Amino acid sequence: MSLLDVRDLSVVFQRRGERPFTAVDKVSFSVEPGQTVGLVGESGCGKSVTSLAIMGLLPRRGNKVTGEVFFDGADLLQLRPDDMRDRRGRDIGMIFQDPLSSLNPVVPIGVQVAEVLERHRGMDRKAALKEARELLDAVGIPDPTRRLKEYPHQISGGMRQRALIAIALACKPRLLIADEPTTALDVTIQAQILTLLKQLVDETGTALIMITHDLGVVAGLCDTVNVLYGGKVVERAARHELFARPRHPYTRGLLDSVPRLDAPRGERLHAIRGSVADNIPWAEGCAFAPRCDNVVDACLEGTPPLEPTATGGDLRCNNPVSEEVAVP
Amino acid sequence: MTERTGPLVELRDVKVHFPIKSGVLIDRTVGYVYAVDGVSLSINKGETYGLVGESGCGKSTLGRGLLRLVEPTAGEIVFDGTDIRSLKGETMRRARRRMQMIFQDPLSSLDPRQSVESLLVEGLRAHGLAGDKAATAKKLREALAAVGLPASALSKYPHEFSGGQRQRIGIARALVLDPDLIVADEPVSALDVSIQAQVLNLLEDLQNERGLTYLIIAHDLAVVRHIADTVGVMYLGGLVEEASSDDLYREPMHPYTRALMSAVPVPDPVTEDRRERILLAGDLPSPSNPPAGCRFHTRCPWAQPTRCAEERPALREVLSGHRVACHYAEDIAAGRIRPHEVEPELVRPDEGAAPGDPGELIPTP
Amino acid sequence: MSDPITRPGVAAPRDGADPTGTGERPASATERGIGRLGDRKKARLDELARASADKGGVSLVRDAFRRLRRNPVAMFGAAIVAVFILVAIFAPLLAPHDPAQRFDELTKNLTVDSIPGASSGFPLGSDPLGRDFLSRLIYGSRQTLFVGVLATLIGLALGVLIGAVAGAFGGWIDNILMRFTDVMLALPALLLAISLVAMASKSSQWTVILAVAIVNVPIFARLLRGSMLAQRESDHVLAARALGVKQRSIVLRHMLPNAMTAVIVQATLTLSTAILEAASLSFLGLGDPDINRAEWGLMLGVDGVRYFEVRPELAYYPALAIIVVALGFTLLGEGMREAIDPKNRR
Repeated sequence: MSLLDVRDLSVVFQRRGERPFTAVDKVSFSVEPGQTVGLVGESGCGKSVTSLAIMGLLPRRGNKVTGEVFFDGADLLQLRPDDMRDRRGRDIGMIFQDPLSSLNPVVPIGVQVAEVLERHRGMDRKAALKEARELLDAVGIPDPTRRLKEYPHQISGGMRQRALIAIALACKPRLLIADEPTTALDVTIQAQILTLLKQLVDETGTALIMITHDLGVVAGLCDTVNVLYGGKVVERAARHELFARPRHPYTRGLLDSVPRLDAPRGERLHAIRGSVADNIPWAEGCAFAPRCDNVVDACLEGTPPLEPTATGGDLRCNNPVSEEVAVP
Repeated sequence: MTERTGPLVELRDVKVHFPIKSGVLIDRTVGYVYAVDGVSLSINKGETYGLVGESGCGKSTLGRGLLRLVEPTAGEIVFDGTDIRSLKGETMRRARRRMQMIFQDPLSSLDPRQSVESLLVEGLRAHGLAGDKAATAKKLREALAAVGLPASALSKYPHEFSGGQRQRIGIARALVLDPDLIVADEPVSALDVSIQAQVLNLLEDLQNERGLTYLIIAHDLAVVRHIADTVGVMYLGGLVEEASSDDLYREPMHPYTRALMSAVPVPDPVTEDRRERILLAGDLPSPSNPPAGCRFHTRCPWAQPTRCAEERPALREVLSGHRVACHYAEDIAAGRIRPHEVEPELVRPDEGAAPGDPGELIPTP
Repeated sequence: MSDPITRPGVAAPRDGADPTGTGERPASATERGIGRLGDRKKARLDELARASADKGGVSLVRDAFRRLRRNPVAMFGAAIVAVFILVAIFAPLLAPHDPAQRFDELTKNLTVDSIPGASSGFPLGSDPLGRDFLSRLIYGSRQTLFVGVLATLIGLALGVLIGAVAGAFGGWIDNILMRFTDVMLALPALLLAISLVAMASKSSQWTVILAVAIVNVPIFARLLRGSMLAQRESDHVLAARALGVKQRSIVLRHMLPNAMTAVIVQATLTLSTAILEAASLSFLGLGDPDINRAEWGLMLGVDGVRYFEVRPELAYYPALAIIVVALGFTLLGEGMREAIDPKNRR
């Protein structure tokens, strides 16, 4: 059985006086124990909202969440807020993009880690602080004993992200959700954090959902990749499969439009035309159709279904990129 | 490609130091942030120079210092034969027509209260080029067409456009003045991946059509490698390596460049699984209190005893057209020195904030 | 490479869309892609695109106004303000009687411990001097509006002047002006107003207006100077400098207009505090000495308090009027603040 099974998850935002906006549109995916799953897409594709909905962290008002999120057999969306709060931190940890705003600025780091241990593992303060020291050490924070007493603003961005990871890992969660954990960081620090995450996943057997817009991050980390567009999964494939043979024109377009360090200089990038503002509603057809080079009549006749591919993935496209074409 | 003749811009030992002020009633200078500390480089006509480095390395400050949007503390900035640091008031303002800037955040760099038309006319008016109404209108339409926006955009306001389109407006604003040099500070880092490619292609097209010279500042080595002819790598206020884009990629010689290059993720799992990362220990030291000697020695896996900590290496030509600021560049390249473990040093962020150098903008997911 | 715009209509699905995307792909690919679609489908695509496109050319102010209109709380405030202004303008038509006239019908029943209540022709009864209370309430709106608006405008003008000079020049000018405003801000507003009124040899409505105005000057000056400084650091001002725009135009065209938004919103909120402050001064007996002039603060402070035991309505109605009007301006101002806040922009 899957560790996490998301079925037909939808999130509709409804703000006063405005048309309802479907941020996440019947997204389904599952995460096996110890697996790393990527949710990839550009701004507004619904990847972050998906993670917040799974965690039950969306504001109570102004949105409607439907579908099912099974974690260990229990539907998280049906849990009472108290039970959900218990699950968060103990079973599911989360790391956010901005480590400074995710840490409490007036509480020392050590206490912030220790509080999680006290709450979820019932430790007393002394034992918790001792454990916190070990956790900080484990995520590669130098001189952890002194760091325990320091405040978030006293340490650098990379160290803050490490502290946040330490908090997320404090209760040895079985699932870790990382929402753009390295976007705010410099490349060399990003490399440190990604290496750390990879190492933690290997050592602790935690499953990881990696949410990012950076295909490079996914390429080095994820087992399975879900590509989101306009709130729907448009392509799902194993990592090597996806990068070697992208089938959805959007995935292909994304891969072609990224400048690559290892590509010869001066080669022209193949951009995807237009912007997400050109999207058409899914009900009318494929949201990507106005930007797509492979568009056919069927693309304007209702939502294309998500269908399994021969290689074990899933694809939502009427006219996919032919399989023979490999990315240069 | 465009013909290349001599340098358009030359920087000689440019320094930009920001005073750190403190005091209750009367501000006292208690120290300096050495944002840019002695950079010399030259950009040829029609060439693209890419400046790459991490946040806090001073690359944005250098770009602004070049345009005198922040006042350099020392050094010479020679633009087409004149030292623009010696220009005063009105002459400097006039000189700005020939060197334009493109900003990172296309929304905040466009005045929200002005329509696209008045945004574009403003530059023309400032330089007395907006006399004839019909000619001005034609110029605006041409500039918009050049960046791929319809003429109907003129009556709209910045907030009505998408990120990519806003960046096009920013580019059009620079173009109407028919500049020679464009300094682009992180022109694509605030944009979505699919839009980045459109803007990068547009910049290339414009250069080919108009023979523009670019200084492109970015934190993304892949972007810089893609668009630049020559790449300069900055670390903590200084240039540590400079080479043609291909040379730099083929053989990065400075330890920092190597680490940076190995850290850039590549969207290819086969490469990703194989490649070896040089992980740097710790964080960037504070630019207000840079390490003595080589600024990188505190994090350098190849650092050697005494000399690296004592003597600041000069940027010297190690191979033809390949300048490196490292005492041991040749030894590292030949494999005579092996990398070793580095104990991470803790860095205090509160003293590291460099004014005028806002960190990287975070694209919202 | 290909010129991005020389293929008109290929993939410009709508006005304002991003037509250049076309140029990024080899032309053949795009044309092939679109060519696959039937004409009917192409039309459908255009139609869909048009449906989601707005007309454009909407300035921030109009956009903010549109948002303001959708905010019911702000509209409620605006309605109160509108009614208040209309009542003030049409007071002579609305009021049944002359507010200064003493009526025999009322004075004859007037004693120290009895003030006549409602009677025919005098729906709210009499005031302690035998004048029609309703008419005085209605006329009071004029005085209140006059004092509030004028005090705010004078305060706004002086504050904007100081703030703009400080924000535009910076340096020691800024330092001197701001230390000066700091001193003024350090004094409690009402205390400052009281001292100012007390300093005047003879109090009149003008001393009240001036006192309330001066109390608000430092608030406006601080606010404008702060947002001017923020504007000075902003990217679009840097962009204007990079373009070579003259310093004077930068201040007048970019910094000041953008900084003024916050000040205008504050002015709406200040209207309500100005009304309250003017009323407080009247209440304390530092207001207009003319007993014939109807003013809510005065009505509340002098008659209302003195005859509270006899006829509490004399206090209730003016107090209610002050509260409702102040609330109206506050709700409208808060609504404007929300509407203008860039975070609420799509």
